[in-house]
Amino acid sequence: MKFGIVVLPGSNCDHDALHVTRDILGAEVDVLWHKETDLRGADCVIIPGGFAYGDYLRAGALAKFAPVMEPIRRHAAAGGLVFGICNGFQVLTEAGLLPGALMRNQHLRFLGRDVFVRVEETDTPFTCDLERGAVLRVPIAHGEGNYFADDDVLDDLERNRQVIFRYCDAEGRFTRESNPNGSARNIAGICNAGRNVLGMMPHPERCAEALLGNTDGLGVFRSIAAAMAKV
Amino acid sequence: MKATVIVELKPSVLDPQGKAIQHSLSTLGFEGVEDVRAGKLFRITLADRGQPREEIERQLRQMCERLLANTVIEKFSYSIDD
Repeated sequence: MKFGIVVLPGSNCDHDALHVTRDILGAEVDVLWHKETDLRGADCVIIPGGFAYGDYLRAGALAKFAPVMEPIRRHAAAGGLVFGICNGFQVLTEAGLLPGALMRNQHLRFLGRDVFVRVEETDTPFTCDLERGAVLRVPIAHGEGNYFADDDVLDDLERNRQVIFRYCDAEGRFTRESNPNGSARNIAGICNAGRNVLGMMPHPERCAEALLGNTDGLGVFRSIAAAMAKV
Repeated sequence: MKATVIVELKPSVLDPQGKAIQHSLSTLGFEGVEDVRAGKLFRITLADRGQPREEIERQLRQMCERLLANTVIEKFSYSIDD
């Protein structure tokens, strides 16, 4: 079981991801520089949050051409795990590894606060250790997290149960007020059809340690560890 | 040789930035501003190697599709400035 944490120029949550996987999960981890052309045996690649390439043009638009994206594409195509958090989610949509796009937040402001998300599906390697319908309190920190896709794409996502996390209130209800950024159908995280690539805007790596006052995010990393242990 | 590329949100995609600009224009006293859509404009200078116009257009289209626009949410148009 080995994690690979991608470091793009402008990634800034790479050490948070490294800390959770190495120090809390106790997993083997390698840091993957953006110029790397192989993943050094990583079973799960994490594309962390940040502002890769300064978010120039669009968030993730330039990152999709980083050399390390080529082995990541091959890894994903072969069924390997790829997990994009925040900017990592934006990179995965720009790269075409996940459908849709992340647009400016509806109210145009950068949002940095805790939100609630509901776990919608647990038959993915990223949520297999969580309870379906569980409500997690997880921080967001983004200016472009407004998930958009055409209606037919959204319908496909629903039909294939690819919506993995949805913004909700503390009781797990999907309300307009609990949707922080205007995302279509309260979508906070989706997976691909193969269920081996996940992208989410909230930051589970920032709430995975009792010392920080919140361990709601740890279940995502525990799930990945459990899924990898089975392989 | 110069080309101009305009990238804008598809008509079906909401543009909160355009809405905010429209609102500000109205607040400033500009009456009758019914809608504003914000977009991006790129001025691209290309080396003149005597390429046929179709070749330049093909290149511009590829630039838009691969990088300048995200065709999930945006549409593009271009013109070659003679």
